[in-house]
Amino acid sequence: MSDATIDPDATTDDTTHVAPIHDDTIPAGYDDGNDHIGLAPHHTTTGLSNTKLAMWMFLGSECLLFGGLISTYMLYRNRQGDAIGPDQLWDIPFTSATSFVLLMSSLTMVLSVTAAQRKDDRRTRLWLTVTALLGGLFLSGQVYEFTVFYREGLGYTTSLFASSFYTLTGFHGVHVAVGIIMLLSLVAMLAKNRLIGDKAETVEMIGLYWHFVDVVWIVIFTLVYLIPA
Amino acid sequence: MTMSTDTASTDTGHDVDSHDDEHTISDKNYIFIALFLAVLTALEVAATEVSSFPDALLIPALLVLMVIKFAMVILYFMHLKFDSKLFSMMFYIGLIFAVTLYGVMLTTFHFFTG
Amino acid sequence: MAIIERPEASPATTPEYVTPSASMGFLRRPVETTGWKSWAFTVDHKKIGIMYGVVAMLFFFVGGLEAVLIRAQLAQADGTILSADKYNQMFTMHATTMIFLFVMPMAAAFANYMIPLQIGARDVAFPRLNALSLWTFVFGGIFLNTSWILGGAADGGWFMYAPNSSVPFSPTNGVDFWVLGLLITGIASQVGAINLIVTVLNMRAPGMSLMRMPIFTWMAFVVQMLLLFAIPVITVALFLLMFQRNFGATFFSVEEGADPLLWQHLFWIFGHPEVYIIVLPAFGIISEVLPTFARKPLFGYPFVVFSGAAIGFVGFGVWAHHMFAAGLGPISVAVFSVATMAIAVPTGVKIINWTLTLWGGKLWFTTAMLFAIGLIVQFTIGGLSGVTHAVAPSDTQQTDTYYIVAHFHYVIFGGAVLGLFSGIYYWWPKIFGKMLNESWGRANFWFMIIGMNLTFGPMHIIGLQGQPRRMYVWTENRAGEGFFNLGFWNLVSSVGTVILAIGALLFLVNVWVSRKNPPAPADPWDARSLEWITTSPPKEHNFDRTPTVHALDEFFHRKYEDVGEDGQHDYKKVATGEEVIAEEEAHADAHIHLPSPSYWPIVLALSMPILAYGVIYSTLLIVAGAAIAILALFGWALEPPTAPDDDFDPPSPDGDEPSKELVANV
Repeated sequence: MSDATIDPDATTDDTTHVAPIHDDTIPAGYDDGNDHIGLAPHHTTTGLSNTKLAMWMFLGSECLLFGGLISTYMLYRNRQGDAIGPDQLWDIPFTSATSFVLLMSSLTMVLSVTAAQRKDDRRTRLWLTVTALLGGLFLSGQVYEFTVFYREGLGYTTSLFASSFYTLTGFHGVHVAVGIIMLLSLVAMLAKNRLIGDKAETVEMIGLYWHFVDVVWIVIFTLVYLIPA
Repeated sequence: MTMSTDTASTDTGHDVDSHDDEHTISDKNYIFIALFLAVLTALEVAATEVSSFPDALLIPALLVLMVIKFAMVILYFMHLKFDSKLFSMMFYIGLIFAVTLYGVMLTTFHFFTG
Repeated sequence: MAIIERPEASPATTPEYVTPSASMGFLRRPVETTGWKSWAFTVDHKKIGIMYGVVAMLFFFVGGLEAVLIRAQLAQADGTILSADKYNQMFTMHATTMIFLFVMPMAAAFANYMIPLQIGARDVAFPRLNALSLWTFVFGGIFLNTSWILGGAADGGWFMYAPNSSVPFSPTNGVDFWVLGLLITGIASQVGAINLIVTVLNMRAPGMSLMRMPIFTWMAFVVQMLLLFAIPVITVALFLLMFQRNFGATFFSVEEGADPLLWQHLFWIFGHPEVYIIVLPAFGIISEVLPTFARKPLFGYPFVVFSGAAIGFVGFGVWAHHMFAAGLGPISVAVFSVATMAIAVPTGVKIINWTLTLWGGKLWFTTAMLFAIGLIVQFTIGGLSGVTHAVAPSDTQQTDTYYIVAHFHYVIFGGAVLGLFSGIYYWWPKIFGKMLNESWGRANFWFMIIGMNLTFGPMHIIGLQGQPRRMYVWTENRAGEGFFNLGFWNLVSSVGTVILAIGALLFLVNVWVSRKNPPAPADPWDARSLEWITTSPPKEHNFDRTPTVHALDEFFHRKYEDVGEDGQHDYKKVATGEEVIAEEEAHADAHIHLPSPSYWPIVLALSMPILAYGVIYSTLLIVAGAAIAILALFGWALEPPTAPDDDFDPPSPDGDEPSKELVANV
C-alpha cells in the first residue's frame, strides 16, 4: 500500500533508470539472506546484485595489491648479487604444467557455475570439487618447486630477488589456498543444504574470485618465468 | 501481512543483469576457450625455447599473448563482456590505476630504459 | 539510561516470547535491544556510526595530548620535556593517531550514519560487514596504542620511511605495532569502502538518481572509491616492511641492493589520495551546511560533484610531489609538479561554489555555520601554501621545514577538522535528539580558530626561517637574530596550542552541559535533504516508508512550493518538517524487517589483534588468532543476515497482527 512508483510529474532534470520496486517491505538492495534473496537484484537501484558488485570492486582493488607486489618483483628481479638467479632456477616445463593445471581449473570452475545456473546440484558440486583438486595440484606443484629452489640455494632472505619472488608467489599461493577452502566449504554447504542465499550466485561469486586468482597467475607466469631477466 | 518469502518461488536464480539472456556461451564454447588458452600458453613457452628469437621481439610477443589470455578469462570466463558495464568500470578502474601508477613508478626507477 | 532516547512508537512488549535462533547450531543469536550487548553486537548503521564517532573523538584527545607534549617541548630553547627518542615517538603517533584514528573514523562515523538516511535506505548493503569495519578499527587503534607500554611506540614518522624503519635503526617493536595496527585498520577501511559504494549505488530511494543525491553522500562516495584503490597500495608497503622486520626480507636493505625509494613510492601512492580521503568528507559536510544556513541551494551542484570526483581522480597522479627532494630527476619532478598545480583547479572550483552559495543568502550564523565558513577561510590559506609547494624549486626550500607543517595543518585542521566539527554541530540534534548549546558552541569555535591560527600561522615563518621538521629541540644559537626569531614564534605557537586545546575541551563541556537539553525538533535547521525526514533521533528503521524522490533537495521541495512566475523563483512554505514526516508516517509500511544483530563481526575483529600480537611475540598467538578468525568466518557464512521470522515477530498485544517495530523498545 505504500507508494513506491515514480511520480510521473517529477522534475526530470536527468534520466533516471531506477528499477521499479515491487515489494516495498524489503529495503532497496538489502541482502537479507532469506529465500527471497533471489529477488534481491530486482530491488537494487541499479538492478544489479549487491554481492556481485562488491566482488568486482574487490577484484578491482586486488589489481592494486598484486600490481604492487609484481612491480616490486620487477624492480628487484635481477638483484641477487652472487647468489643464484632466475636463469639457473626456472624449470619452465614444470611450471608450464602447473600453469596449465590452474588454467584448467578455471574451466572446471565455469562448468560449475553453468551447472549451478541449470540447478544441477550434483554437477555443481562435482565441478567445484574438481576445481579444488586442480587448485590443490597447482599448490602442490608450487610447494614442490619452492623446495627445489630452496635446496638449490634460494632462501627467503638470500637476496632481493629471492624475497620478492617468494613474497609475490606466496601471496598468490595464499589466495589460491583460501580459494580452495572456499570451494570445499561451498561443496559441503551445498551438500548439507546450509547455504545462505542464492546458490547460483554464490557459486558465481566464488568463481569470479577463482578466475581472478588464475588471471594473476597468467601475469606472473609470463612476467616472472617467461620474460628473460 | 507477512514477509514476502512466498513470492520467492518463481525466482530462477539468474542474475537480473543477464536477463537479456546473453547466455551465448555454452559449456562447449567454454571448453574451446580453455583449449585456446592452453594453446596460447604452449606458444608462449615455445617462443622462449627458441633461442634465435631476439629479446626485442620475444618480450612484446609474450606480453601480447599474456594480455590476450588475461582478456579471455576476464571477458568470457568471468562473463564481464556480457554483464553490466558497471562491473567492467569497477574492475577496469582498478586495472588501469594499477598499470598506470606502477608503470609510472617503475619509470622513475628507469626500469624500462635501463 | 539510554544514550539515545528513542520516541516510543509502539507499546512496550516483554521479550519473553522472543526465541532467538541459533548461530552454528548451538550459540544463541544476540537479540538484546538495550544494554551494552545491544551496542556490541549491533549491525544498525546508526549505532555503528555513533561508536565510530565516540572512539574517534577519544583518539582526537589522545592525538591532541601528543601534540601538546610536542609543543611543550618546543616552547623553549633546550626543552627537557621529551627526550629525542620520546619526541620521535610523539610526532609519529600524533600524526598516525590524528590521521588514521581520528579524522578517517570520524568521517566514517558520518558516512555510516548519514549515507543510508540521505539516500532513503534503512541500512547499508552489508550490515554485518559494517560492524566488522567498526570493531576492526577499534581493536586496531587500541592495539596500535598499546605500543606505548610495550617497549615504546613507533618512531619513524607517520610516513615511516625505510630503511630508517627497519630493525637496525628502529629496534623496538614500535614500528611493528604501527605496521600491524595499520594493516588492521586498513581492513576496516577497505571493507567499509566496498560496503558504502554498494550502498550508494544500489540502495537509493526511488527517484534518487545520482545527480539528486545529497552532496555529502557524493563526497563520501568519492572517498570510498579512493580508499578502495589506495588502501591496497599501502597494504603492499606494510607487508614488505613487516616481512623485512620480522622475517629477514631485504626489500629495504640498501647493502643488498635495495632502493629506499620503493617504500616512498608505495607509501605516497597511497599517501596522496589519503589526504583527499581526509578532506573530502569535510567538503561534503560543509556543502550541506552552507546551503542550509544561507537559505539557498548549493551553488553549482554539478560542479561541486564533478570537481570532487576530479580531485579524487587526479589525486592519484601527484604522489611524487612528496619526493621532490629525493633525487627523482628533473623529468619526474617536472611532471609531478605540473600535475600538482592542476589539482588546485577543482579545489578552487569548490571554494568558488561555496562562496557563491553564501552570496545573497540569508545567513544564519549557527555554530555549524561558523565552522563551515571557518573551513573556507582556513583551508584556502592551507591551499595557497600548497600551491607554493607544487612549484618544485620553491618546494626544495620548503620541504622538511615547518612551512610544510604549517601547510598540512591548515588543510587538515582548517579543512578536515573544522568541517567535521561543523557536521557534529549540524547533525547532533538529529543523532542524539538534543541541541548542542549555541553559546558554548561559539566559544568552542572561536577558541579553536584563534588557537589554530596562533599555533600554525607562525609555522610558515619559522619554516622559512629554517627550522627543520622532526627536530626534538632547538637552541638559542640556532634561533636566529632579532626579536621575531625561532624562539619567539615557537613560543607563540605553543601558546596557541593551549588555546586550541581549550577550544577542544570546550566541545566536551558543550556536550556535557547540553545533555539535559529539551528534545530537539525533527527539523531544527529547516534543512533540505532526506535525513531530516525522520524523527530526532531516527527510529530504528529510519523511515516509516521509503520516501520517493522527485528532485535534488527533496525535503526542501516538500516544504516549499515555487509560486514564482516567468522563470522567477518564489518559494512559499507549504508544510513544516513535522508535517512532511507525519505524511510519511501515515503511509507507513506494515511490516519492516531489519538485519539482525550478530556475534561474528566483533569476534572476527578480535582475532586480528591476537594475530598481530602473535607476529610480534609468539607463534602460538598466531595460531589462536587464526583459529578464532576461521571460526568467526564460518559462523558468519552459516548465519542468515536476518534471523528467521519467529525471532522477531512478537505478536502485538491484541494477538494477531505482528508489531511494527523489530523488537519493541523496553
